[in-house]
Amino acid sequence: MDKVIIAENLSLSYKEFETIISKASFSIDAGSFVFITGASGSGKSTLLKSLYGAIEPRGGQLVVGGVKMNKISTSKLNFLRRHIGIVFQDYKLIKEWTIEKNVMLPLIISGYTKEVSDPQIQKLLSHVKLTHQAGKYPPELSGGEQQRVAMARALAHNPILILADEPTGNLDEYSSEVIWNLLEGANTQLKTTIVVVTHRVPSSISVPYKHFHIEMGNIHEIA
Amino acid sequence: MKSLKNHISLIVALFTVLFAVQIYVAVDRTIDAYETRLKNDYSIIVVANKALTVDEFKAMDSIIDRSEPIATDQVLQRLKGEMAPKNLELLKLTLPKFYRIYLSRFPTPEEIAKLQKRLEKNSSIQRVEGYAQTHDTVYKLMLLFKDVVQIFSIAIAAVTSLLILKEMRLWQFQHAERMSIMALFGAPVWLRSAVLFRLAIVDAIIATILVCIAFFIFEENGWMDMLLRTVGITIDLFDFLHDGIRSLIIALSVSIILTLTIVIGNDEEE
Ligand SMILES: Nc1ncnc2c1ncn2[C@@H]1O[C@H](COP(=O)(O)OP(=O)(O)OP(=O)(O)O)[C@@H](O)[C@H]1O
Ligand SMILES: [Mg+2]
Repeated sequence: MDKVIIAENLSLSYKEFETIISKASFSIDAGSFVFITGASGSGKSTLLKSLYGAIEPRGGQLVVGGVKMNKISTSKLNFLRRHIGIVFQDYKLIKEWTIEKNVMLPLIISGYTKEVSDPQIQKLLSHVKLTHQAGKYPPELSGGEQQRVAMARALAHNPILILADEPTGNLDEYSSEVIWNLLEGANTQLKTTIVVVTHRVPSSISVPYKHFHIEMGNIHEIA
Repeated sequence: MKSLKNHISLIVALFTVLFAVQIYVAVDRTIDAYETRLKNDYSIIVVANKALTVDEFKAMDSIIDRSEPIATDQVLQRLKGEMAPKNLELLKLTLPKFYRIYLSRFPTPEEIAKLQKRLEKNSSIQRVEGYAQTHDTVYKLMLLFKDVVQIFSIAIAAVTSLLILKEMRLWQFQHAERMSIMALFGAPVWLRSAVLFRLAIVDAIIATILVCIAFFIFEENGWMDMLLRTVGITIDLFDFLHDGIRSLIIALSVSIILTLTIVIGNDEEE
């Protein structure tokens, strides 16, 4: 089976003599569903950052979607990012854009016109139950609503890989269910690889999944 | 439309720069026109004991544009009844030649002195008569005015450019978040900064149009023209083709260069 992510002795840190992840080796198969858990501050978001190239490996090797992340060039990174959908822990919505345009962002970047992308956007907005908020701006939405916008945006361009950082952190049980269903749908129907950081693996999950746990800078799989 | 305020401040700043530049140009043009007028009115009388051609004069000093012989026939005509034709003929031969010399530009007092010396060095030239009253007071005032206005416009342009830079820093701050989010989804630099460039170009065009309108009103109004005509000058304060295009080029380059500095600065932050 193809690997979407391969890490060998991967070390991550923000400062030189600090370690957040230390010599971790793991791989993630294409089309798989992966949960990453760990205590607050253990380095879950940091690991995700390395996967979309926001920080470079301090040591070891990291390959994402066949692209080596060590010393990656800007143009290669831009290309890779156009095939990844990210849900950030702090959402990172564009304040001066409407909800609709925010969801459209990945499609704008890929050069699709509004006419072409509109059906996809409307479909996603209805999936996350935000059709009625389409014309509003992010600051006018609740935290949970913003989180759902971020989810819709991550799915907009049918990415090969979705990286989601606590995508249900701000949601009630019902809205969380909506998100899990969307991710499962993308995984089963589009064979999208899903990597989700969460503090608890949801019991309702019905697809086969892998579970990695981060502790003391180590990443190990929980069977 | 929170950004409207920023729009306006950039437009006003660009407008001020363009206006200052245009005032500088207009004053320069006025002085030039006045100098041309003075030059055309100004001439030197040369008395020579033999005929001199235009080229001979020109060889003496490069400032000499052309020479015109002053006809002596009229004077001799008047003497016709009083003198014997033979004597008249003799007088005609011995009478020196008079020339009026025009210059290629309006001379400074030093240039006149130098010219006078050079002409007098020529053995065939007997006398050179320049005007004592070479630089009239209007001209001197205008030169003073020109200096003052030009210093002012340079100062205004400099101060406003600094203001624009500050304004752009604010822009950078406002747009940095959006640009970094776009980068996280793989948007190339040109796409991330497209909005900035569009704003900069639109503002530059608006500022240019405003300057055109301002000078159009100025010219339609007519008081400036009237004022200039009293000192014998007719000029275009604002040549809509040339000055319009120059203003647009200045506005576009100022705003695009500043946008580029923002974009490059933003790219390095990543
Ligand atoms: N930009 C940064 N610069 C320096 N240190 C950072 C930065 N971001 C995170 N850290 C540090 O790295 C460590 C891991 O942070 P990270 O955000 O990966 O934790 P996390 O597992 O995602 O926690 P949480 O569950 O609270 O989101 C923390 O000790 C944090 O202080
Ligand atoms: Mg985190």
